[in-house]
Amino acid sequence: MRRLILAAAVIAPMLGHAARAEDTVKIGYIDPLSGGGASVGEGGLKTFQYLADELNAKGGILGRKVEIVPFDNKTNPQEALVQAQKAIDAGVRYITQGNGSSVGLALEDFVTKYNTRNPGKEVLYFNYAAVDPAMTNEKCSYWHFRWDASSDIKMEALTNYIKDVASIKKVYLINQDYSFGQSVRSDARKMLTAKRPDVQIVGDELHPLLKVTDFSPYIAKIKASGADSVITGNWGQDIALLLKAAADAGLKVNWYTYYAGGAGGPTAIKQTGLDHQVFQLTEGFANSGHQPAMDYEKAFRAKVNMSLWYPRAVNEMRMFKAAAEKANSVEPVKVAAALEDLKFEVLDGGTGFMRKDDHQFFQPIYISSFGKLAANEPFDEENTGWGWHLVSKVDTPQAMVTTTCKMTRP
Amino acid sequence: MLELIVISTLNGVLFGMLLFLLSSGLTVIFSMMGVLNFAHASFYMLGAFFGFQLTKWIGFWPAFVLAPLLVGAIGMAVERYGLRNTHKHGHVAELLLTFGLAFAIEEIVAMIWGRSPVDYRVPALLDFPAFTIFSTNYPAYKIFMLAVSVVIFVALLLVLRRTRVGLIVQAALTHPHMVGHLGHNVGRVFMVVFGVGSALAGLAGVIAGPALVTQSDMAAALGPILFVVIVFGGLGSLPGAFVASLVIGLVQTFAVALNGSLASVFGPLDSAGGPSALSDIWNVTIAQVAPIIPYLLLVIILIVRPMGLMGTRES
Repeated sequence: MRRLILAAAVIAPMLGHAARAEDTVKIGYIDPLSGGGASVGEGGLKTFQYLADELNAKGGILGRKVEIVPFDNKTNPQEALVQAQKAIDAGVRYITQGNGSSVGLALEDFVTKYNTRNPGKEVLYFNYAAVDPAMTNEKCSYWHFRWDASSDIKMEALTNYIKDVASIKKVYLINQDYSFGQSVRSDARKMLTAKRPDVQIVGDELHPLLKVTDFSPYIAKIKASGADSVITGNWGQDIALLLKAAADAGLKVNWYTYYAGGAGGPTAIKQTGLDHQVFQLTEGFANSGHQPAMDYEKAFRAKVNMSLWYPRAVNEMRMFKAAAEKANSVEPVKVAAALEDLKFEVLDGGTGFMRKDDHQFFQPIYISSFGKLAANEPFDEENTGWGWHLVSKVDTPQAMVTTTCKMTRP
Repeated sequence: MLELIVISTLNGVLFGMLLFLLSSGLTVIFSMMGVLNFAHASFYMLGAFFGFQLTKWIGFWPAFVLAPLLVGAIGMAVERYGLRNTHKHGHVAELLLTFGLAFAIEEIVAMIWGRSPVDYRVPALLDFPAFTIFSTNYPAYKIFMLAVSVVIFVALLLVLRRTRVGLIVQAALTHPHMVGHLGHNVGRVFMVVFGVGSALAGLAGVIAGPALVTQSDMAAALGPILFVVIVFGGLGSLPGAFVASLVIGLVQTFAVALNGSLASVFGPLDSAGGPSALSDIWNVTIAQVAPIIPYLLLVIILIVRPMGLMGTRES
């Protein structure tokens, strides 16, 4: 009798657990929650939890509750795989990750292999920020979907903008010396030469990742080159210190950046006093002028106490819901099929679509500059009193690139 | 060419002095106590965050005085209640203690101030270009940093070499029992030395915080280069650390200015082979590897002259 009670005590919670698991859609959030990347990772987690709460308040996905389960990968590919396995063991069928293309590539490969070995238990990988073009080209996978614009898409959008700005004549490239920085650099060279052959590339610098404390010597070189614009993919302290050194030396150029808006970036720009000289490329931003997005931003800030860094995360979760409803199932295989070529009205206005060939989402890209706010721009960043201001909107057709992806379909 | 040389020299000296500012406290602690303090960069970070917080409450200049004192007090507490107990177990135990302390401090800072960078600004009084040369501005704040470094160097040298205090401190390292018998409290000497070393780190933090990025991983980012400076200069040698800081600052700055690569010296490789590991190495410019050069110097100096540039002992 005692044994029976014991067995029941052990089994009953498991049954209960299984029953509950049926009602929830678990999304494993695998990103850094400790170490150097933690500030960004924590911001992402809060964003996804907000999105899940929002979906749940409206009845979840097909009546099921959405739950975000955080896993700390310490921005380390090896650790990310361990965490992915842990997530799967905990009943997760959807994982989402964004920080670090090296981590992203490892996860993409892991998910592909896992799904081959475990038919019927497929796992999907939703990528909201890893932008290495390889992930939707030579290394592409059917089980991976990317909502962020890859680095070559952003460069395509940026160069389509630069094409029409005659005042840009001499461009300097400075990037971090690793796969992402190198792809920014080679894309910039290739696309600028094709679209604006008259633009001179007066410098092309690679510096070690997150190792430079003093950028003054680099600024001296930029100054000596006579550049009027700098293109950089730098992020984190590499963009903050670069801009600080530029402001200290009194360098007057325009900065076209990928990540000046990242955590700490706005604070650094405000410190430099570079008013509307720093530009960034995003799929949306607080002062975009699109009313639903601005209302959303307001509600988000009021509750989470940070700006919405990832409008693409909103697109990701909403499209997930749309695809599940289209397939009338939360089974990953069916959701994946429904996501292909799905058209979607993005948060900041305009239509995007998930291309079937490579599972890359194409969407309008905004170029905005950071500085003093106009009357109709209510949102500042990091309490600086400065915010992003619309410079140009590059529509979806102008923000598309070709792919070499040949994916294996199930 | 002249412009490049002048600007690079200036930048190199300014950066070198920043490095000295950061490593002076580490050298003091090491040369006077023989403790290789792994938590030094963490004290530097504490200085920056205390500076930031006090600046918000009472202004930069009071913070400039108070924050190093606070960090010094914490340093003294660490020595009195931590290091003194581990001392009898040898240097490895001390090293491990400071190693663990570094992690603890980082987590505490992250808990209090969060992991994002804080908005710590240059004081308005020093927020103007001091002079302009070849149309490049040199901010007054950088000149201030340089001046503070030089003052610290001269003051430390005078105290250690020319005063009775310096004599006692130096004697306490090599002959603690004799110094004790002469009526000096050796324990307290060590405590004060550690406190001063930590206070110097704190001072470096208060000053470097606005110039660099003040965030919870700043200690980890800067720690390694400080060890390069003191090992290169000679473990425990103050003038050595001064010279090493300047050399590293200048070498790194000039390296960035150079675009030469193996390819530009020996001509490009046969491109028919396509990109390979060899062609990658062949085309790397000196500028690209500039920030790594100090570590290369470290390895070379350890092989050629293990006691460092001006060191007097090997460990």
